[in-house]
Amino acid sequence: MTGAPQDWTRAPNVNLRQVGKPLVRTDVPGKAQGRTRFAGDHVMPNMLHAKVLRAPKASARLTRLDAAKARALEGVVCVLTAADLADRRAATDIPGQTGRKRLATDQQILVRERVRYHGEPLALIAAETLALAERAADLIEYDLEPLPGVFDPVEALKPGAPIVQGTDNVVATYKVRKGDLEAGFAEAERVVENTFRTQFVEHAFLEPEVGLAWVDENEVINIRVSTQVIEHFRAIADALGVAHNQVRILGSMVGGGFGGKEDVTVEIYLALLAQATGRPVRLAYTREDSFFGHGKRHPFVITHRTGVTQDGRITAVQITMTADAGAYVFLSPYVLLYAVVAGPGPYRIDNVHIDARAVATNNMYTSAFRGFGAAQACVAHEQQMDEIAKELGLDRLELRRRNFLRTGDEIATGYAIESAVWSDDCMTKAWAALGERAPEDGPVKIGRGVATYQQSYGRITWLHDTSEAWVGVEIDATVVVRSGVTDIGAGQVSALAQIAAELLGVSLGEVTVYNSDSATTPLAGTTTATRALYMTGNAVHLAAEALRGRLIGRAAEEFGVAPSEVDLAESRAFVIDAPDKSMALKDLVGICASEGIHRSELAMFRAPFTGEIDPETGQGRVHPDYAFGAHAVEVAVDTETGEVTVLKSVGAHDVGQAINPAAVAGQIEGGAAQGQGYALSEAMIYRDGELMTPSFSEYLIPTAMDMPRVQSIILESRSGLGPFGAKGIGEPALTPVAPAIANAVADAIGRRVFELPITPERIVMALREAEPRKGPR
Amino acid sequence: MAKTDIKLTVNGQEAAGSVEPRTLLIHFLREQLGLTGSHIGCETSHCGACTVDLNGKSVKSCTVFAVQADGGEVLTVEGLAQGGELHPLQAAFAEDHGLQCGFCTPGMLVRAHRLLQENPDPSDAEVRVGISGNLCRCTGYQNIVKAIRNAAQAMREKEAAQ
Ligand code: FES
Ligand code: FES
Repeated sequence: MTGAPQDWTRAPNVNLRQVGKPLVRTDVPGKAQGRTRFAGDHVMPNMLHAKVLRAPKASARLTRLDAAKARALEGVVCVLTAADLADRRAATDIPGQTGRKRLATDQQILVRERVRYHGEPLALIAAETLALAERAADLIEYDLEPLPGVFDPVEALKPGAPIVQGTDNVVATYKVRKGDLEAGFAEAERVVENTFRTQFVEHAFLEPEVGLAWVDENEVINIRVSTQVIEHFRAIADALGVAHNQVRILGSMVGGGFGGKEDVTVEIYLALLAQATGRPVRLAYTREDSFFGHGKRHPFVITHRTGVTQDGRITAVQITMTADAGAYVFLSPYVLLYAVVAGPGPYRIDNVHIDARAVATNNMYTSAFRGFGAAQACVAHEQQMDEIAKELGLDRLELRRRNFLRTGDEIATGYAIESAVWSDDCMTKAWAALGERAPEDGPVKIGRGVATYQQSYGRITWLHDTSEAWVGVEIDATVVVRSGVTDIGAGQVSALAQIAAELLGVSLGEVTVYNSDSATTPLAGTTTATRALYMTGNAVHLAAEALRGRLIGRAAEEFGVAPSEVDLAESRAFVIDAPDKSMALKDLVGICASEGIHRSELAMFRAPFTGEIDPETGQGRVHPDYAFGAHAVEVAVDTETGEVTVLKSVGAHDVGQAINPAAVAGQIEGGAAQGQGYALSEAMIYRDGELMTPSFSEYLIPTAMDMPRVQSIILESRSGLGPFGAKGIGEPALTPVAPAIANAVADAIGRRVFELPITPERIVMALREAEPRKGPR
Repeated sequence: MAKTDIKLTVNGQEAAGSVEPRTLLIHFLREQLGLTGSHIGCETSHCGACTVDLNGKSVKSCTVFAVQADGGEVLTVEGLAQGGELHPLQAAFAEDHGLQCGFCTPGMLVRAHRLLQENPDPSDAEVRVGISGNLCRCTGYQNIVKAIRNAAQAMREKEAAQ
């Protein structure tokens, strides 16, 4: 089965009827009427309301925790503290379905003794009303004895630094040793070295984490929750000490995820409280809870030392990366690995040396966020490219062109790319789309920037990722798809419907998708890692193709022709060259049903499986494949105030095959906004580990007034591993945006701000530093 | 806590309830009336997911007490469609892909509805200013702006035809 998809993904897509059209997504009408039920819209009779009490310090010892007063409050049904949880622990790594071994990262669910980050949960409360639960939280008494903490990953590595994790605070390390670094530098005519810094970033999905749990008549703990990963049911069951088949997770349409709903959030608390009380429990995070309640984007410090020839050929690159993992491991090792794989960018460099580490601190823990390490890597490699071009006096695009990877070239980790690499095409088109340059006006300077990237889609190949889907056709010829995949707003479900509609010859409206239920839909894995369309789209394709084969086979018999001569479209089966020989799909399905021909198919799609990379050299296969593209922007910078206005923003991406171009453009536009916030305004600020930005008045995401009109350019190489040759767009849409903006600002003011976000203060400071060179004022 | 009886018109229908003085309008709508279309994204007046129309003005219903709406007229996303037909704004949001996760959408639609009452022919810039109190994390606002302008045009044409 594993070989099968390759055959059709390489076939030219002719006569697509549903796929590739900008159809109105199946989920859209319900959402436009406010009829879609999100996880927070569900209530049950006899339901309790929950609250999480959080530690107000980043590093402390819990010396006393007394919930007696809270428990005594009338209407308070349950208070759980670490003392009530025996030695239960929660898993934090590799969410999802993989059977591969996990890292040893299990952690306390509630603080037992040591508080490691600001906001770590101390107690859970369930009460008859939310107001009572909140009152009870105030009545819990505790003493926290401050402990020395460490809040900077470099400090955390120094001898004598307070230990947050393990014996030395090192959460993960990776290295790449490819080619001969010394020889590469010997060949170089210039060496350019720079250090780039990024910040903690919050996902800020509009729907805070929320869920409802209840224990049913079979003692199964049901949890309806806003999540990207229903397959956390196993981790929840393990933490609760019950069998895996005694926990069920049901998703809903998710009000945004971006990686922030990839780890376990409220479901573990809901499960514990439902188990303890036997009653339905609802837990809805406030925005502040949400800011405290899930991991952030890793801040990175990345240094590039690059050797180049005078004509712009990169001969060697040495990269060091330090990521702040915060207080717990979560997905830090994987984020770090993705950063390493993407480290040098989409360039062919024969001599590469990377040393990367993720380090524990008493800051908020960090984990998945759209771009997953590759975004931070891109911030560094794309600014470095501009700095090299400046050093050489070479056009920035030309420098990139001279170094772009091509199909067949090896990336840093030694894997040779098999799919199309259309970086140049994307970059050229994005740049051209900027059109005429805006005029400068007094202190307002105009600048342009571009960034390209190499972003994986699909999970790490040694996790042996799989996805299942079931496709069936009803006796009235309507189609049903069942798949565990979660829909986090990008149209994941609608894309599956579109694929099934294409292959079974019906319209989109005739397909119903049931998804996101760990008990009743085939397990499809996570909606993360730009994998949902690739993996589950392929699973639906496999299932629908098998079903199509059976239907066509039976129709061919009826028509007295070979199966290859029959097609399905518009709810009919017909002979391709003699369309008058045709029958309604309904009649064909009726025949199949009466003859006991199977009208459904359960299929599993398997990604490429490999072993792990070589730990000494970092060489081996890490991902199924990579996507390539570019983002270009034009900005205006007011050199007096430091204010940046993004005037034009263009994303050009080879998505392989757009299943729904409207949805693809939507991803590009949304990525442009999220990337713009990353570049210019967003920062979760922790002072000595304490969060200084706990609301949307301090944490500033772009509004409609901040955003320019975004132009999306969709290229289709049809060379990807997804259905119909698709690659992916979820993460790529964001990855190049921030460095493109950073490059544009540098272009405008002639100075670079080496740290994100590029705030007005930092711009003004960079200009002041530059002043002496301009002579006296 | 002492409760107050309130009576108001919601989406053209009489609604009544008994609320605590501190009950927020958003909670009254969602929990007592079962109108879950309006969402809660922050409860601190920043995100706009809870936007409804109160007495002809856009309000963030997380910052209005239910008692303040007593005797008033409220419009939520559930009241936009008329006679089984989508409101032109809803049709445009669907047609123009003006939403992704859809969590901001109800607030966005109700805000846009008021905006078009105030200005039936807004420019791009005017739409952007008009919805700047409503955050969206998915769309980059692009198709929201497009949908609102297309809906405005459809509404003007409909008006002219009548
Ligand atoms: S919930 Fe009211 S503004 Fe955010
Ligand atoms: S569509 Fe998701 S927040 Fe607007």
